[in-house]
Amino acid sequence: MGYDRPLPQRDPVTQPYWDSLKAHAMQLQRSKSTGAWVYYPRLLMPGDPEDELEWAPVSGTGTVYALAIPHVHPHPGFRALAPYVVALVELEEGARILSTLIGVEPTPDAVKIGMPVELVYDDVTDDITLPRFQPRSA
Amino acid sequence: METASSTPGKHLSDKVAIVGVAESDRIGIVPDRSSIALHAEAARNALRDAGLALADVDGLWTAGVRPTEVGEYLGIVPRHLDGTDVGGSSFVIHVAHAATAIANGLCDVALITHGQSGRSKIGLPPRPAHPQYMSGQFEDPFGLPQPAGSYALACSRHMHEYGTTKEQLAEIAVATRKWAALNPRAMMRDPISVEDVLNSRMICWPFNLLDCCLVTDAGGAVVLTSRERARDCRTVPVRVLGFGEGFDHHLISQMPSLTAGPAQYSGRRAFEMAGVTHADLDVVQIYDSFTYTVLLTLEDLGFCARGEGGAFVSNQRTAPGGDFPLNTSGGGLSYTHPGMFGIFTVIEGVRQLRHDYVKSGFSDDVANPGRQVRDAKLGLVHGTGLVLSATGTLILGRD
Repeated sequence: MGYDRPLPQRDPVTQPYWDSLKAHAMQLQRSKSTGAWVYYPRLLMPGDPEDELEWAPVSGTGTVYALAIPHVHPHPGFRALAPYVVALVELEEGARILSTLIGVEPTPDAVKIGMPVELVYDDVTDDITLPRFQPRSA
Repeated sequence: METASSTPGKHLSDKVAIVGVAESDRIGIVPDRSSIALHAEAARNALRDAGLALADVDGLWTAGVRPTEVGEYLGIVPRHLDGTDVGGSSFVIHVAHAATAIANGLCDVALITHGQSGRSKIGLPPRPAHPQYMSGQFEDPFGLPQPAGSYALACSRHMHEYGTTKEQLAEIAVATRKWAALNPRAMMRDPISVEDVLNSRMICWPFNLLDCCLVTDAGGAVVLTSRERARDCRTVPVRVLGFGEGFDHHLISQMPSLTAGPAQYSGRRAFEMAGVTHADLDVVQIYDSFTYTVLLTLEDLGFCARGEGGAFVSNQRTAPGGDFPLNTSGGGLSYTHPGMFGIFTVIEGVRQLRHDYVKSGFSDDVANPGRQVRDAKLGLVHGTGLVLSATGTLILGRD
């Protein structure tokens, strides 16, 4: 059975991000002048449209910054999956990415803020790879 | 440091009054009214409340639908339109924009309408979503139910940083239900306990069902005019003393701090414009989409220090008879919440200052509490829109 949950639709500006995931080598944008990392991908540096953004690989390691554990969802695909853990993951580089955690019990006792996690590439279709995160040893 | 005379918008303070407020005829489950019909019904009722005619309206504000749709349905062609739409706080911000327009002569009588068949879903405009939007690319694929999931994420961070507990969050739901018991129009009026909240169905941890607002059908409307013209209206005028707006993100992943929201900006601006302090306030309405919304907003508005929101709401402090009367209608948690609640915070804030509930008794009457906050002269009304994204704060007063 095919993947039955909402998929992202790339646009010309975000294309390099989705391409990097498909290649299993995540890249994000950062400021050429300050090195500050940006998520989500944009045309211009937030707060400084005269700055330049460059694509660069990221470590893929980080920690759980915040979490939610949905038990219900209006979409049947997610409803069938619930409960699961949605987390805001803070990468070592400082960017915060919204994603799902895999390989964990979906309970507040099992998943803690500050928990070390690492990026996993989930090839959900031939075309789309979604970033997931799983626990790693600190 | 800013002096009073240099406070932005200070010249707009106390120029305009709210002279009419109303809900639709029925709220809760209203299977025979479309969203636009709820707008119209509430508008008629608010104009009746004010003693003004539809023909007097020359400024129109709405959100969720376009002001042109409401104007056409009502049969008016006002000279000033505003469709600022930043979620549930829009209607609170509309009060600020309407007061600004009236004070600057752009219109004389402003009508703000809201209507949503959120439960029966009759003529309910779809929420725009597209897999190519930033939300569609970077949030929706991960299954965060909106808006509960975004508020849940933020709440988890507050619990982590400050040790805020689910029991403290539940105190808000319990106290709000006690106010709802005093409101015949509230949908949920049976008493609940902290245990009931903790034992209710899990929606999205850390939120159980009773941490979340209702989904109802309801319309609401507000009428404003200049303080001079307000003398000709049939209600006690409620003066718009201060207002502020705040915004710092659209998507929850972009919120600069999950434990400090834009209410910190809108609140400070409103207090500065009005020239009042927290201790001056008699009654407070804070948008309660989720229990955490209230807890964070109390901190953002400066009623307590960062991280102390949980302690602040403990021991039923915000319930009838407590020393901080909050959400005296029963709020979005227990009274009504058709999808966007902002206009109902304004309606309740105004009614408390008009002393509309005196016949029901006073909330500090321990033996037989009523809904009216005794001698209420100064109130705060606050809306939070989208996912803690955009806020509006009003300071309202009566003579």
